[in-house]
Amino acid sequence: MTIAHEDIRIDERSSDVSTMSMAAALNLALADAIQADPEVVIFGEDVGALGGVFRITDGLTARFGEDRCFDTPLAESGIVGTAVGMAMNGMRPVVELQFDAFALPAFEQIVSHVAKLGNRTRGGVRMPLVIRIPFGGGIGGVEHHCDSSEAYYAHTPGLTVVSPSTPQDAYSMLRAAIASPDPVIFLEPKKLYWTKGDVDTSVTAEIGTARIARDGTDVTLLAYGAAVPLALETAEVAASEGRSVQVVDIRSLSPFDDDTVTAAVRATGRAVVIAEAPGYASVASEIQARVFERCFEYLEAPVRRVTGFDTPFAPPKLEHWYLPDVDRILDAIDSLHWEDEA
Amino acid sequence: MEHAEMLPRDTAVQLIDADGSTVADETYAMPGTEMLLAAYRGLVDGRRINDQAGALVRQGRLAVYPSSHGQEACQIGAALAISTEDWLFPTYRDSVAVIARGVAPAEAMVLLKGDWHSGYDVRAHRVAPQATPLATQLLHAVGFAYAAKQRGEHTVVIALCGDGATSEGDFHEAMNFAAVFHVPVVFFVQNNEFAISVPLSRQTAAPSLAHKAIGYGMPGRRVDGNDVAAVLAVLGEAVDRARSGGGPTLVEAHTYRMQAHTNADDDTRYRERDEVRAWAARDPLTRLRTHLTGVGALTAELEAEYAAGAERIAAAMREALNADSDLDPEDLFRFVTETRSPQLEEQWQMLRGEIERTRTADAAPTAQATPIGGSR
Repeated sequence: MTIAHEDIRIDERSSDVSTMSMAAALNLALADAIQADPEVVIFGEDVGALGGVFRITDGLTARFGEDRCFDTPLAESGIVGTAVGMAMNGMRPVVELQFDAFALPAFEQIVSHVAKLGNRTRGGVRMPLVIRIPFGGGIGGVEHHCDSSEAYYAHTPGLTVVSPSTPQDAYSMLRAAIASPDPVIFLEPKKLYWTKGDVDTSVTAEIGTARIARDGTDVTLLAYGAAVPLALETAEVAASEGRSVQVVDIRSLSPFDDDTVTAAVRATGRAVVIAEAPGYASVASEIQARVFERCFEYLEAPVRRVTGFDTPFAPPKLEHWYLPDVDRILDAIDSLHWEDEA
Repeated sequence: MEHAEMLPRDTAVQLIDADGSTVADETYAMPGTEMLLAAYRGLVDGRRINDQAGALVRQGRLAVYPSSHGQEACQIGAALAISTEDWLFPTYRDSVAVIARGVAPAEAMVLLKGDWHSGYDVRAHRVAPQATPLATQLLHAVGFAYAAKQRGEHTVVIALCGDGATSEGDFHEAMNFAAVFHVPVVFFVQNNEFAISVPLSRQTAAPSLAHKAIGYGMPGRRVDGNDVAAVLAVLGEAVDRARSGGGPTLVEAHTYRMQAHTNADDDTRYRERDEVRAWAARDPLTRLRTHLTGVGALTAELEAEYAAGAERIAAAMREALNADSDLDPEDLFRFVTETRSPQLEEQWQMLRGEIERTRTADAAPTAQATPIGGSR
């Protein structure tokens, strides 16, 4: 897949609101951030001439030069570690780590330094950097290409962890992440790179907020990343079966928007959390626990989770058995102690 | 640069030998007397700081102290080789270098005292926080230097590490990035022969650590780490090359950790006392003292002045570290992120409640002794 950068600019000229893929929205956000702030630099493996393995950085080097978007040696710790030093010295680095599992060599830099330098120095050194990681499965990738590592990052104090599910959020949240004084782990759902939607570049996003993706009165589905369109699809099917399903797009895994989620679940009294990652000790578990703590008296049934299995991520031909799907979510909804079926 | 120029010498550069005699070198000039006196003063201060910190550990005033006793020439050399505009990226064993850059001793000890993680103003002193994970700060130094170079600044960064750190992946990645991006960094390895208990022979099979440089495409240099004159000359050359756009250099100093890794370590388990005694004969202070006295530059008056200065530093350390800290528990939450999340605010309110109840309980014995009252 290639995003023709000229097309994006034509779209920009024709209207404030354009229809584009999530990949194009991310590309546009990077281009706009480079233009808006001379300290923004983008680097990683293959982000230059190739434009990234998913073409998210397509055309940026050609358009803005190697000072603003460049390839590095193939070394993830080196990419993040040098970004730390650049951030210390006033730059705003945006780095790409190609796939979830390829980010792991950088884990020490992320946990021990990116997350902690602000705290260690009592705010004297800030880490305004963004680490973009193509995230999750659903693309038929072989091993190490489709994991969901969000729990490792969300568990780490000092990191902001977000994941968009629409082209609009992809644009607005990436701009917000780059503008943030704090380090942001920006998880891009690979499966959604090619989904299209309207993008209004004047829309801003506030990190730390969830979004009501669909109104409903009977049950609340809590999802993030690629699970959001899946939840919306499930809601459509459930509606045809007579259930009104609300969908909340969590968007910000850390910090977490307790207010929106609590209000949503209290209103419906039933909730299912959906995520691709293994469920044990996961972000889904955390969301479930928080909902129980805040909504217990309002609940008609236990909060359920629909997640990946507690196995290594599945090989491509078994992936469809591993990933949460509409039927599995409908089953979870059906188990929520409905009075009319008692 | 030709390959041959990147290779280090077979032996370390030395300008003053262990007996204090001058060693002629065709490449490196002896630093001027003023510089050597300043370095000697730094060594005296550094030795006193190491001794005082050791005493404060034994008194329970410092939680831990990784001594640089015996390595003071590397510490002072690193601090003096760069200008006030340059940056130092130190490790946990480099407190003397940090102090030599102008950080108050008590502030440099905040981490080791347990008050906070990094006690000094990083930007005011141009000294990065002392890194505990090995070799990670070398990459930060590279990124920092990259930003400086992009901006057209003339900043040079000296990044310190030990011999153990050269086995880490981040050491390799930092060398490689620095050479590929041609940034103004000097990597200064203090090879003190041990990574806690593991000897150099288990860290590398290379002829020297400096030999690694050619693999990255940068010059490698070996220097006698107990000879501050040689350290200043070799680091000075590397700093000059970096500043003039010549790129990074790897400098290996051959020195020795005279004391245990920290107070938690028992070094009799892994090295012979004879070895330690042999290195004592190569002490960086005594050799420079002999040299400077021999050339008539170091007088008894100057010695007394330097000793008095070191005593003042030690006294200030004792005073600062004997004082009980007034710590604010809200600091736990204050610096985690720029904007405090609702979750952290909730947790702080919970802790605040605990603190208030603790204070009430502390005041309670008086209330209980009073027959009337009775409120809890």
